[in-house]
Amino acid sequence: MSTSSVVPFRILPRLTEQNREFWQGGERNELRFWRCQDCAYYIHPPQPLCPMCFSKNMGVEAVCGDATLTSFSINYQPWMPGPELPYVVAIVEMVEQPGLRLTTNLVNCPIDQIRCDMAVQVIFEHHEDADGDIWLPLFEPRHLAKNEAS
Amino acid sequence: MTLDANSIIERRAAITGVGQSDVGRRLGRDPLELTLDACLAAIDHAGLTVADIDGLSTYPGPMATPAGFSGAGAYDVIDAMRLRVGWYHSGLETSGQLGSVVDACLAVASGLANHVLCFRSVYEGTAQGQAGRSSVMPGSGGDGGGFKASGFMQWNLPFSAPSAAIWIAMFAQRHFHEYGTTREQMAQIALNARKNAALNPKGIYRDPMTMDDYLAARMIATPFGLFDCDAPCDGATAVIVSRIERAQDLRNPPLRVEAVGTALHGRPSWDQFEDLSAMPNRDAGKQLWTRTEFKPADVQMLQAYDGFTWLTMSWIEALGLCGVGESGPFIEGGDRIARDGELPLNTHGGQLSAGRLHGYGFLHEAAMQMWRQAGERQIPKEVQVGAVAAGGGNTCGCLLLVRD
Repeated sequence: MSTSSVVPFRILPRLTEQNREFWQGGERNELRFWRCQDCAYYIHPPQPLCPMCFSKNMGVEAVCGDATLTSFSINYQPWMPGPELPYVVAIVEMVEQPGLRLTTNLVNCPIDQIRCDMAVQVIFEHHEDADGDIWLPLFEPRHLAKNEAS
Repeated sequence: MTLDANSIIERRAAITGVGQSDVGRRLGRDPLELTLDACLAAIDHAGLTVADIDGLSTYPGPMATPAGFSGAGAYDVIDAMRLRVGWYHSGLETSGQLGSVVDACLAVASGLANHVLCFRSVYEGTAQGQAGRSSVMPGSGGDGGGFKASGFMQWNLPFSAPSAAIWIAMFAQRHFHEYGTTREQMAQIALNARKNAALNPKGIYRDPMTMDDYLAARMIATPFGLFDCDAPCDGATAVIVSRIERAQDLRNPPLRVEAVGTALHGRPSWDQFEDLSAMPNRDAGKQLWTRTEFKPADVQMLQAYDGFTWLTMSWIEALGLCGVGESGPFIEGGDRIARDGELPLNTHGGQLSAGRLHGYGFLHEAAMQMWRQAGERQIPKEVQVGAVAAGGGNTCGCLLLVRD
């Protein structure tokens, strides 16, 4: 399992039936999204209706974990306890579908080498929690060998 | 779709008075008192009495969090003044802070009210206290570490991204990437605001600021430094929207609401909007021009939201005042947007230097300028057509005001 080495304090998501697969897929090293089983459109955040064909026939499927960095911000402000400053907040778009995006952190990348549209891949940060463990999907440059940071 | 003039009913509405409470970083005053100060001032400014007010509209209505975000709700003010209203409304889910003013226009146009009192009240300065903005971040204290993120915050809080500064920084970064926009260009929004605030007695930051000061300030979230972020404050602003027939013989010449923009065509989200180099204001801006014969070139003054500097640039593009992606070169050097320039911008100092009065400060300033009551900071040229725009992200609205 890929896990980044230093685990900072994080506010964790409250698990629900809708988000559980997304936040816990990392246990099996999978980034999972809801997907319409009729028209194959990935849906994020989860919702009970496909916005393309209006089907309610939902499944959950893993994507390959590769994405492009749509945008980013190097955060210097100590808003709250969290990763060591500065840390990088990013929006990434999964390669499987235009617009299949999430906010995340870019890790394992010198800040002077960050570029919009760079290729990235998922890496999971494991948090133990009494309400159910969480695996946060973070991203790192894709040129790093998979599982290098394990 | 082509609209006939009769369907554009916001034209039956006019701004007739504006008022503002004391404004400051930490006034420590009862926020309802500040709200009522602004309301009474606006009613008086219009030449009306409390008994004339028969409608009320406000953004966002009562909210416990974020601390200081809402100084009073509709019921607070209706009760405090014992108003008898034919129509009232408050709400957060609308086309930005000015959505509440648009609602008021539609209410007077439809005959539900003659004079609608609209207000926006904040006390974020006092609520945040000495601890600053970090003190009001969700889960940042007093919860024993048991706080869990839900709703839309679950998609950014776990990634230590609790602030709109970060969310909007990523839009700005994408704009930099696609169009070559620079911090030196973006700085003009902040420098222009500071220069104008020096002439505003209610301005919060009135000391001169240079490009070097701007660039040397500590970074918050790239590409935003400290001076790209607005200043939380305490204060309330009120505006009277009157039915055009009732607006004619009041104290100020009516400022007709020529057209409004309220559209939202993309996903109402900070990270899911399809074009990260633009914002949903793109849709509101475009819609406004489908409701009037005026053209972007007719706009003589712009008062546009600057919660973060780049948002103003985004509005300049959204309203078609320059081409898409061209706001950087458009504001470069700052002459064009200066008080005596081609497109005077945020002449009170914006939220960056005159305080985060949250949207309504821009409408207040537009009205004061168009009535030529702006004192030392009065725009030298006569302004008959002015644009006002507020909001960012998924919550955006704009107005075109005309003084006939």
